[in-house]
Amino acid sequence: MKHVLKIFSLLLVISALWIGLLQASIMPQSHTWLLPIYFIVSLGCYGLLMVGVGLMRFPTCPQEALLLQQDIAEAKGFLKQSGVDVGCK
Amino acid sequence: MEQKNKYSIIIPTYNERLNIALIVYLIFKHLRGVDFEIIVVDDGSPDGTQEVVKQLQKLYGEDRVLLRPRPKKLGLGTAYIHGLKHASGNFVVIMDADLSHHPKYLLSFIKKQVETGASIVTGTRYVKGGGVHGWNLMRKLTSRGANVLAQTLLWPGVSDLTGSFRLYRKSVLEDVISSCVSKGYVFQMEMIVRASRKGYHIEEVPITFVDRVFGSSKLGGSEIVEYLKGLAYLLVTT
Repeated sequence: MKHVLKIFSLLLVISALWIGLLQASIMPQSHTWLLPIYFIVSLGCYGLLMVGVGLMRFPTCPQEALLLQQDIAEAKGFLKQSGVDVGCK
Repeated sequence: MEQKNKYSIIIPTYNERLNIALIVYLIFKHLRGVDFEIIVVDDGSPDGTQEVVKQLQKLYGEDRVLLRPRPKKLGLGTAYIHGLKHASGNFVVIMDADLSHHPKYLLSFIKKQVETGASIVTGTRYVKGGGVHGWNLMRKLTSRGANVLAQTLLWPGVSDLTGSFRLYRKSVLEDVISSCVSKGYVFQMEMIVRASRKGYHIEEVPITFVDRVFGSSKLGGSEIVEYLKGLAYLLVTT
């Protein structure tokens, strides 16, 4: 099944639940009408939270830059000896 | 039962006369004892990249370093397809030529594939053990935001969608690449999402990414628009 159809059916199920809640009157009507808004807002907040947390825990590797410089020096040395043109850059 | 695997490493190049020599040296250093070939797909570089590759061929052998050039810049996707035509291995590795992808991770890709029998092993920069160097806060923010959006919309099953350091079983790459039409990094996203939708076994390996293009990763409005368009396209067509 195409992915977009999966999302569609999920939304359909959630809408059906919401309409069911409206008709069953378990909670006050005024609150039930606002549920979709709460849902979207919490989804947005969750997204922002994920971005923030991910940003804080973003893995960095400054030592890799150093290691790379070492590797480059080693490679240049070997290649120059072996007759490969590694000059001028 | 010993499975004889051969790895074809496809490296598209454009003006990488120094980096291609360095990367070939490092690949040979880190893949001792592994049966592999390097396929350099050069798009008519004016800086003499092909001359350097020919010198590398003299040093390492024309059966290990293959030069399969094209007349001009024709795009990444077609570069892979071109390289695939000349690949004699049963596994294919794709990687960048500018040393942002370090060949030392090749063994971990291979090991992971042998351990799990996966069809695709993709490098991820976003998990513990991986990482990025050379990105400022803004760049990290857009990367993280883009990733969260893509995860929410596409449920791709991998943590790094735009990465281009990957190992594919050759038959799987041929299958997936034939159905991809995007360009640039959206192409990389499309590849992995389509592979995921087709049910291929995908594993991830942490890699480190040292951004070699200092300061020029300007993510302007047009890049963001392209990305959103790509996401929408993938959302609807995969």
